[in-house]
Amino acid sequence: MPLITYREAIRHALAEELSRDPNVVVMGEEVAQFNGAYKVTEGLLEKFGPNRIVDTPISEAGFIGMGIGASMLGVRPVIELMFWSFYSVAFDQILNNAANVRYMSGGLINCPIVIRGPANGGTNVGATHSHTPENICANHPGIKVVCPATAYDAKGLLKSAIRDNDPVMFMENTILYGDKWEVPEEEYLIPLGKADVKRVGKDLTIVAHGRAVISSLAAAQQLEREHDISVEVVDLRTIRPLDEETILESVRKTHRVLLVEENKPFCGVDAQIAYMIQEKAFDDLDAPIKRVSAIDAPAIYSPPMEAEQLPNPQRILKAAIELLR
Amino acid sequence: MSKKQSAIADKSASTTDFSKAPINASLNREQKIDLYRTMVRVRRFEERSLRAYQAKKIGGFLHLYIGQEAVAIGCCSLMGKNDHVITAYRDHGHAIGVGMPMNPLMAEMYGKATGCSKGKGGSMHFFDPSRNYWGGHGIVGGQIPLGAGLAYGIKYKGLKGAAMAFMGDGAVNQGAVHEAYNLASLWNLPVIYVIENNGYSMGTSQQRSSAGSLAKRAEGYDMNWSECDGSNIYEVRETMNRLLTLAREQCKPSVVEIKTYRYRGHSVADPDNTYRSKTEIEEYRKTKDPISVFQKILHDEGVLTDALIESIDTEARAEADAAADFAEQSPYPTVEDISKDVYWEEDHPEHKTSQGRIFFE
Repeated sequence: MPLITYREAIRHALAEELSRDPNVVVMGEEVAQFNGAYKVTEGLLEKFGPNRIVDTPISEAGFIGMGIGASMLGVRPVIELMFWSFYSVAFDQILNNAANVRYMSGGLINCPIVIRGPANGGTNVGATHSHTPENICANHPGIKVVCPATAYDAKGLLKSAIRDNDPVMFMENTILYGDKWEVPEEEYLIPLGKADVKRVGKDLTIVAHGRAVISSLAAAQQLEREHDISVEVVDLRTIRPLDEETILESVRKTHRVLLVEENKPFCGVDAQIAYMIQEKAFDDLDAPIKRVSAIDAPAIYSPPMEAEQLPNPQRILKAAIELLR
Repeated sequence: MSKKQSAIADKSASTTDFSKAPINASLNREQKIDLYRTMVRVRRFEERSLRAYQAKKIGGFLHLYIGQEAVAIGCCSLMGKNDHVITAYRDHGHAIGVGMPMNPLMAEMYGKATGCSKGKGGSMHFFDPSRNYWGGHGIVGGQIPLGAGLAYGIKYKGLKGAAMAFMGDGAVNQGAVHEAYNLASLWNLPVIYVIENNGYSMGTSQQRSSAGSLAKRAEGYDMNWSECDGSNIYEVRETMNRLLTLAREQCKPSVVEIKTYRYRGHSVADPDNTYRSKTEIEEYRKTKDPISVFQKILHDEGVLTDALIESIDTEARAEADAAADFAEQSPYPTVEDISKDVYWEEDHPEHKTSQGRIFFE
């Protein structure tokens, strides 16, 4: 199976869906002529032309709102946010218009739109460019949220997201763009709302999403090697819909849970998951649920400190050992 | 002749030109009566809804369109198969203008399951995609990028049509509106941004909220713009027909400012005693009321008779009363209904591909 990067996997998903459905349009800042700020859309303009690959001005509320309006007429825009951090200037368009228009119209309208781009810290770009708004988006009924950790998942999930008839927020990670993974050449789809056990273990369940999965896998290896602790890593892949069953199945097996995410702790995705586990698997727990989140402050610039602020393998390892003590 | 009467006379004299504009001259008697009747129906519908609101049958906000009817009815009367409309929360006139019947509109305001949005949207959120009516939006200016998107969709699909995106004069200072202006001009989107200038953004007059003139801001975006008087439906139609043709035929966007007035407060909750005088309202009502103006024009044209005016009014009142009865007798949505119409996929289980939990406790 060929090894391709996370970036290429997304590009392939876009190209396949552009070829499959003439209503799919890719738009965003620098996606066409510049080949993408992170080169995700490289070569797409050449292949699909300017009607399908559209450069927009720096005007997120304008072009996202426009995409939502076009989606009501059956266009299927896949809109790139150069950084998910920029969603805040389009907040009203995404979370009032796209999220609510179906409901407010009594189900007469749907918005088949995907908004995608990187949502991560860890690149020393300061607080304004390091948001991870999956919790905020998932807090809005009407919206679906996807956070893939690997190239394989990114491709299969993006293809499903583009075919989805509801608005899907697709959150990638600049640090993962260059990571290579095995991705089959033949077409495949990954359904939204299906978690993936990325590593099988018996002593502890780590639940994570996005790059926190990769950090958790690194921590799990070290825990096995140095501490003889067997860790199961559940990758949520999708935040909403949420695969509760896969989480619960793992909890019932290991009886100990560590929740890891790049989100800030207050009202983070893991707050919801912790609530769900205590409600549905209370008797299965041998220890209180523990969380590792970003240290609760705006994203710091200072490179070594930003690495500390995020849930890195060392912080995850330390929390796991405390939990198992 | 008193001064006020002469104002109407002057108006009708100047409107003779608009009545001769081909788009108006081509109207037959029935079509003219229909324009008049639709305006009357909007007004009677809203007067009836106000009574229902005062009787506490309607919750939340109620933004009445009374005084502005010629704008929505004039614009919507020009819609072809591929023309689309989107507006803000003062949306009753446009809904009736595109042909939505009164019953589901009134029922929507009563919060009933038979409402056009099944009781999930309320007064500010009327929709009817089957009539190319895309709402009904609550946030000032928030619908304007969607209007650009409708135009984008029309153009992308290679259709000859236009989107009319309505906003109030208060919306022109919102950033999203300017972003949508830029996109429309940059990409030649077939959209007409219609500013319904009723003089007040809530309780703040235009003078106290907007620098410069409103439609002229289009010049900064190298976009066509126009102004017109919204009290005369013929003038609205003549102006909009010109702009719609530009959009449909040449994909040229425009901004148009239609000067109008609302008699009622911003919403029914507005006591309307802090920012304008009763005299000002009375003056407009006497000289520029769009229904009175058109009634006089059609009377002079020999289209309307006193008996016909009377019967149109009686029928409109009866229709509004019947809508209120229909709303009253309709059931409320159920608790189960709260969780429907959130996701397309959940509403179409036969097409469901996602897994996992989508609603939470």
